[in-house]
Amino acid sequence: MTVQLTPLGDRAVVVQLEQAAGADGWRQMADFAWALRQQAEGWIVDVVPAYETVTVLYDPSVLWQEIGKGSETQDLVPYELAERKLRGFIARGILDSDREIQSRQIDIPTYYGGRYGPDLLESAARSDLTADQFIEEHAKADYTVAMIGFMPGFPYLSGLPQQLEQPRKSVPRAVVPAGSVGIAGKQTGIYPLATPGGWQLIGYTPIVLFDKERSEPVLLRAGDRIRFIPM
Amino acid sequence: MEVEAEAEGLSGRMKVVKAGLLTTLQDLGRDGFRSSGISSGGAMDRYALRIANLLVGNEEGEAGLEITLVGPELEIDTDLLIAACGAYMEPTVDGEELPMWRPVFVPRGAVLRFGRAVSGCRVYLAAAGGFGVPRELGSRSTDVRAALGGLAGRRLAAGDALSCGAGQGSAAPSRWAAAWLAALSRLGEAAATAPQGAGRRLPWAAAPWFAPPAAYGGGDGEDGIVLRAMPGSEYGQFSVAAREALFRERYIIAPASDRMGCRLIGTPLTRLSRAELLSHGVTPGAVQVPPGGGPIILAADCQTTGGYPKIAHVATVDMPLLAQAKPGDAIRFQPVTLAEAQRLDRQREQDIRMLAAAIRSRQP
Repeated sequence: MTVQLTPLGDRAVVVQLEQAAGADGWRQMADFAWALRQQAEGWIVDVVPAYETVTVLYDPSVLWQEIGKGSETQDLVPYELAERKLRGFIARGILDSDREIQSRQIDIPTYYGGRYGPDLLESAARSDLTADQFIEEHAKADYTVAMIGFMPGFPYLSGLPQQLEQPRKSVPRAVVPAGSVGIAGKQTGIYPLATPGGWQLIGYTPIVLFDKERSEPVLLRAGDRIRFIPM
Repeated sequence: MEVEAEAEGLSGRMKVVKAGLLTTLQDLGRDGFRSSGISSGGAMDRYALRIANLLVGNEEGEAGLEITLVGPELEIDTDLLIAACGAYMEPTVDGEELPMWRPVFVPRGAVLRFGRAVSGCRVYLAAAGGFGVPRELGSRSTDVRAALGGLAGRRLAAGDALSCGAGQGSAAPSRWAAAWLAALSRLGEAAATAPQGAGRRLPWAAAPWFAPPAAYGGGDGEDGIVLRAMPGSEYGQFSVAAREALFRERYIIAPASDRMGCRLIGTPLTRLSRAELLSHGVTPGAVQVPPGGGPIILAADCQTTGGYPKIAHVATVDMPLLAQAKPGDAIRFQPVTLAEAQRLDRQREQDIRMLAAAIRSRQP
């Protein structure tokens, strides 16, 4: 397997793995991120899986200590040692673990259209569908959380039917209400918090995706399966 | 024992009379939640915060106030050991100038005022013992967007009261801090009761030594603040003209800059490839170039993932300089290799460890 590592500044490295044709890249990335966390090594500060990359933030001072101890590492800088360790993990097969992403099925009750989905009619028209057909198509599909990013708990969902793809709004809204269900390009997502945003808004869910008082503040994880249930 | 007993008692409230432009509690940020979309956050100028904490006997990662451009007015209802590090914002105690970069005793009832930023952009105020707000997701840093940390997840407002002093932060009161507080408070009392004409009566008492702010030395070039930066992962996709302009031209910090990113005004940078990147993890220091060509340097509150091409990445060792650049200031990028950036980073960490040891060895 081809592995490409690219520095991201002086305290992080982006790991890119060559994908098998037709594979869901994010699934492998979520697996790899999980496997890295299982290593529980002190130099790993944080791990961020995305569609086709895993970004690993490292603590250079921990790596400098190790560099100082070994004679064969003494000419390295922390990035090189991090790279060596990451390649070592992959060579040792941490990616081949038979871990299946704990794929949970989560239903998202959704009010489509009206004041909850101000862009539904326009979006349906762009897709040559009536509003009801658009809702049916959106709710019929099975989605998977490809990654969480942009803001606390924001899921990027893969699995949007091609016919429903939408361009971003040319002028982003100043405020998108929390709970809004939107579409941008091939992705559909849910805004956990009120924020400015440029996605086409087609609906709203009362499900709370981010609540700092919960033991797990963020509801969704990469790999979760999602269904929208029209209300 | 007496000293310890005193330390136990010395905590109280810091009342916010005026909040200033943007005053928040910050520590060194929260790690481990980026895969949930939660930013690290924390102090923009981590160097200044760390030194301020060391100067009052705290762990260097204790939470302190980050004060931006226009400062607050704070009334303290207890005797307190404080330190202010970072931007010069004409700080005063009861109208008398507060010395920076050193431990200072301020007596109960003192009013601490910060004015406008004369040089720099952010000043950090540490209190011996820290500030009494709960940790959220492992940190006291205020994340305004996620309403996390700090005081109810928001910036300070007039009328707020923060508990501060011994027992409020993470660690037990430091013996060192208690000794300095006791010694400086005696000095303060002696000054207050000195006969008229025996010199100006100051409302504070400062240690006779200070921590030199080494992180900013050499940062100011003739044509502005010099930030050392490594080529970013998409550097090669930019035009030759853009690559040259990046390390030659001056850029001005735009008014729309904030804790998420510093927007730069200057020569637009043209990318030759039009290929869209898939979103991937990003970190503070990344110099992103959106399609318009105006670069943005990501800062402490930056999103966890982003999809804009990165032409460069500011070295960690120079991030305090960026934190102190205010709208209208000029910056210039200077190339540095990754290996050199990592060695500079290590040197900075060693300097801070030595400074910490030197501070701890100072006894009143």
